[in-house]
Amino acid sequence: MTDGPTNFIETPFVRRKRRAESLAKWVFLAMSFAMVVPLLLILGFLVARAWPALSLDFLLDPPVRGMRAGGIWPALLGTIYLVVISLAVAAPIGILAAVYLNEYARDNWFNRLINLAVINLAGVPSIVHALFGLGAFVLAAGIGKSILAASLTLAVMTLPVIIASTREALASVPRSFREACWNVGATRWQTIRAVVLPNSISGILTGVILQVSRAAGETAPIMFTGALFFKAVDRGDLFAYGLLEQCMALSMHLYVIATQVPGVPEAVPYATAVVLLGAVLLVNATAIAVRVYMRSRKKW
Amino acid sequence: MVSPKPTIQVQDLRLAYGTKEVIHGISFDIRRHEIFGIIGPAQSGKTSLLRCLNRTIDFTPGVRLEGAIRVDGEDVRQIRDVFGLRRKIGMVAPLPVGLPLSIYDNVAFAPRCAGVKARSELDGLVEHCLRQAALWDEVKDRLHTLGTKLSGGQQQRLTIARALSHQPEILCLDEFSIAIDPVTTMRIEGVLKELQSSMTIILVTNLVQQARRLARRTMFLWNGRIVQLDASDVIFSEDPGNRQTYEYVHGIFG
Repeated sequence: MTDGPTNFIETPFVRRKRRAESLAKWVFLAMSFAMVVPLLLILGFLVARAWPALSLDFLLDPPVRGMRAGGIWPALLGTIYLVVISLAVAAPIGILAAVYLNEYARDNWFNRLINLAVINLAGVPSIVHALFGLGAFVLAAGIGKSILAASLTLAVMTLPVIIASTREALASVPRSFREACWNVGATRWQTIRAVVLPNSISGILTGVILQVSRAAGETAPIMFTGALFFKAVDRGDLFAYGLLEQCMALSMHLYVIATQVPGVPEAVPYATAVVLLGAVLLVNATAIAVRVYMRSRKKW
Repeated sequence: MVSPKPTIQVQDLRLAYGTKEVIHGISFDIRRHEIFGIIGPAQSGKTSLLRCLNRTIDFTPGVRLEGAIRVDGEDVRQIRDVFGLRRKIGMVAPLPVGLPLSIYDNVAFAPRCAGVKARSELDGLVEHCLRQAALWDEVKDRLHTLGTKLSGGQQQRLTIARALSHQPEILCLDEFSIAIDPVTTMRIEGVLKELQSSMTIILVTNLVQQARRLARRTMFLWNGRIVQLDASDVIFSEDPGNRQTYEYVHGIFG
């Protein structure tokens, strides 16, 4: 060791540090990979089992022969109705409430109470939301079991999460922007409209869109409030349901044909699951695309 | 000679964040159309003082304010149109904050908030303010590109243009040169000397020499108290009559 470079010799301490570094990297990588594996397995398994039944006709046809054949159109349509209406209710309320909480609210007992309510509401199990929806919308408000009652129940369920994600998006806008606006005599609302919302809209939209998958996937909240075992609907009819009628839904349909109806061909429940999953993944992909697009236009 | 009516009068101002008092009862006047220097180390209450002036201190929770600040004779805490007060006072922050808007919209933001809608009026204002801030020639061909893409020195001049856009009578600069190079600093100092004829300027600075170059009178603030307030000629002389001032100004403080 007399010749050669002598300035950067690896001491035992440095060697240990280097090994710990690479070990840490591999552990983190393995964990990330472990998360992807189940997803791929589930998808592969489902698609393989569902393959014989999957077709465009499966999407567009109503079920026939006691749901043992045909397609899933009424359930798919019902899920779309439920998700769209519930978000149409929850998104505006949630976003406006979050703007209040993040931009206007001062730190006092009243606003702390609201915060606490939001957090706790987010932790309530969906079956409890179902019972609440049954009591509040179906019975007390007299709406009856219907798409409207089920959508409102889903809206109550998604609301706290929309509030939380919107607040996070708003909080990511630097405070210095707001102060710069206040300094030139802008009101809070002028500040919010000109600077805060345009720079947090991508995060807000992403949070809202991600709630689509939750609203589409839950069975419990709609089971008591508006989902139906079976309803005859024409192939591809987009306007088959009225607001105050009950509807079929994918999650409920899957539950029914998987457990309640004997003699369903094996591929049919799997195909239903693939459609549900595919729809959710499609929506999530849209959310990612929106976020990427908006971020590319981000201005600081 | 009768001294002109002060633009700003501060009387026994005390300011506390929660239980921690940061300004311990200070009184001073700022005269019309003077450049008033405020020097002092960090944590001496300079920025808090400015925030009391335009009442953006209201946005900080748990603040207790005593005493009085009068702008043109009116106690700022009694003013109902606080947005009018803020338009009367231009504020430039230490680090340039280019709003994520175009250069044009950065400058037009304040007039728009005040209700100016006519395109021609806005165009004129934007050009006037950018010229005042010595930025016009550099950006006149790209007014509709993002303000945040400018260099640091340009962004600071943009914030000065924005602070001028609501046609203030008082301009506060809070350590404006902290993030910019000396050449740009000298340009802005030149701008300030020109603006002096039309407005009162409060110059908070860490750079002792800057206050000496620009300010007619200088206040040395330390730990929320006024150590000395006098003509800059006195403060920066070899014998300011106060040992702390002498040591701070000559860099042997502490």
